[in-house]
Amino acid sequence: MFGFKYLGNTHVPHRKNTAQMPAVKMPPPDEVLLHVAQNIGAPAKVIVKAGDEVKVGQVIAEAGGFVSAPIHASVSGKVVKVDKYLCYGGQTVDAVRIQSDGLMTVDESIAPPVITDLDSLVEAVRNSGLVGLGGAGFPTSVKLAGAKNGSINTLVVNGAECEPYITADTRTMLDDTAYVVAGIELLEKCIPSIESIVFGIEANKPECIARLQEAFKNDKKVTVKKLPSLYPQGSEKVLVYNCTGRTVMEGKLPSDAGVIVMNVSSLAFIAKYAETGMPLVERTLTLDGSAVSEPKNITAPIGTAIGKVIEFGGGLKEEAGKVLYGGPMMGVCICNLEDPVLKTTNAITAFNKKDSTPAKETACIHCGRCVSVCPHSLNPTEFARALNVEMKEVRMEKLDAAKVMLCMECGSCSFVCPANRPLVQNNRIAKAELRAYLAHQATLTK
Amino acid sequence: MEKLIVSTSPHLRSTTTTQTVMRDVLIALLPATVASVVLFGIKAAFIVLACVASAVLSEALFCIINKRPQTVGDLSAAVTGLLLALNLPAKTEIWQCVVGSVFAIIVVKCLFGGIGCNFANPAITGRIFMLICFAKVAGGSHTVFADVTSGATPLAAIKAGEELTPTLTDMLIGNRGGAIGETCAVALLLGFIYLVLRKVIHWETPVIFMGTVFVLSLIIKGDLNAALYQLLGGGLIIGAVFMATDYVTTPINRAGKCVFALGCGIITVLIRFWGSYPEGVSFSILLMNILSPYIEKMCAKKPLGGVKNA
Repeated sequence: MFGFKYLGNTHVPHRKNTAQMPAVKMPPPDEVLLHVAQNIGAPAKVIVKAGDEVKVGQVIAEAGGFVSAPIHASVSGKVVKVDKYLCYGGQTVDAVRIQSDGLMTVDESIAPPVITDLDSLVEAVRNSGLVGLGGAGFPTSVKLAGAKNGSINTLVVNGAECEPYITADTRTMLDDTAYVVAGIELLEKCIPSIESIVFGIEANKPECIARLQEAFKNDKKVTVKKLPSLYPQGSEKVLVYNCTGRTVMEGKLPSDAGVIVMNVSSLAFIAKYAETGMPLVERTLTLDGSAVSEPKNITAPIGTAIGKVIEFGGGLKEEAGKVLYGGPMMGVCICNLEDPVLKTTNAITAFNKKDSTPAKETACIHCGRCVSVCPHSLNPTEFARALNVEMKEVRMEKLDAAKVMLCMECGSCSFVCPANRPLVQNNRIAKAELRAYLAHQATLTK
Repeated sequence: MEKLIVSTSPHLRSTTTTQTVMRDVLIALLPATVASVVLFGIKAAFIVLACVASAVLSEALFCIINKRPQTVGDLSAAVTGLLLALNLPAKTEIWQCVVGSVFAIIVVKCLFGGIGCNFANPAITGRIFMLICFAKVAGGSHTVFADVTSGATPLAAIKAGEELTPTLTDMLIGNRGGAIGETCAVALLLGFIYLVLRKVIHWETPVIFMGTVFVLSLIIKGDLNAALYQLLGGGLIIGAVFMATDYVTTPINRAGKCVFALGCGIITVLIRFWGSYPEGVSFSILLMNILSPYIEKMCAKKPLGGVKNA
């Protein structure tokens, strides 16, 4: 209404130590562990059993529903066990352990898919097992299927990579520029309703911006937008707003605003898959953090134990206090170095003991830093106050009125808080409680 | 291998803490403190020492007696003590300084729950308490350089319709009557610049506060010179830069801070021109402190993508 709104943001350290390092390919490990909780939505259903021989690219678990994605064997060898695995989210899920024969024999069924229109593209992407490689893990085929009604007119490509340390997408843009271009062409061909394409890239990656500007200089539809190097530019709603000026409303998807958002690595993967037919069996990730002796980018088979990836990367220079899936702002702690590389693992960050020690929490001094950095203009202190309300109905009402569900947990508030208060952590608790409460209320009214 | 630590994100924290914020405020007050000793003599140093020491000690004792975690390490008590000291005239007795500091810390801050819980600015409230209790605090006192005999501050002189003695240059460097830390405009503005550069405060509050007083004075008096005296006189600069920007007692959002500053400016002018006191900065800030929660609510930003609840 009043034109452009300035969204809150914050300076987080960039620490892109590995930006100049092309990914090193890791040899197949002795064993991979593929558990089925690798995407948002329904977990996949295992279709192999112990003793089965599998080859690279062979489906070992089928999509478990519409919002789901199949999982493929990332090494060739023998299934040694199908059992349960306690994964980082706290849930116990089915997991397939494959002992590698070291040969990496490719499955005979692997052949380039025939993609002619959107339907065949959605089908192909669904078979490829692709989920959003930026970290959220939303099945890409579902996202593309949303374009079938012709409502999508803008494609936003996410090359922001705003988390500290991570440079996996940076390397995709530099090393796989041809695939990025091919991916754009493929999507343009299959989704004719797309009128414009915006690449959002943070200003701290001038090489990527220059490379893509050069690659698309003859394509009038494509704009490469230089975003300020301020966290969290890569958050979906923030990116859509900064690239197109459109607001994705509460509880809606970008497609409701006519936008489809694609991570740049996902885009490059689609083009690669169209060329080779090899499903998502490996991924590039950044290994970095204060405990890591030699930061680097590594391409590892999905299912490789984190400990093995660290070992391949040169090991740790000091004992690790925390090891994360992803970067330090939104990454998830693993409790076990056996945990496997997932489809969504864009980085492994290992911190030394000193950086892992939680800071002492003190009283809120009402400084307003959390309020001014929040990209959604929320007030985290209001949530904290609301959470303290004794009566459940009142508490839920207050949290709902304060719009806690809009919080996408970027962690900026907790990052800037001088009193080290657990702000985003509170928001997670509040969101979980409110979600359950609203669902319960909905069943009551039915 | 030992067990890994597990916690929720973020796993990175900025280096700013409550302590570094308060340390920056102390550094920003340093020029004004030095100026106070230069302008008002060694008595100013004693006042500063007495206020800071009694503020810190009373908070430490309060924490010990009530078996609460020790909070003097966050330096906020030292800031309160220093701010209060700089708002007192040189002729204040040392025991009065101690009484004021203890009141500010114990009654205004600790009894409300300590740092972050008080609704009114402790230094301001402490000063107003002293203003009411001890007549000497209201009068202001003279710098060692000014050779005028009158003990009145410029604002008191203006109010009484007397001739103005200090020139505008005197007003800038602080060679005039008043509280020890409020007179040297240059030193205070240095502190202001430092705080803005260190991102401790936003520039809006002081600028709007001082701007409102200046513009309203200009309109009422119709004279640039008179408006400049209003801007540089009294405790406007120290109040606008250091007291109206207090985190705890002002609205949390930036728009709210602007409204707060505007309100402070208007009330200050009302008191200065039509009230019974020559100076209204302290009262205006205290009054706006009380309104803060409402201003904060009124000025809350609309969330991005927020839908009105049915």
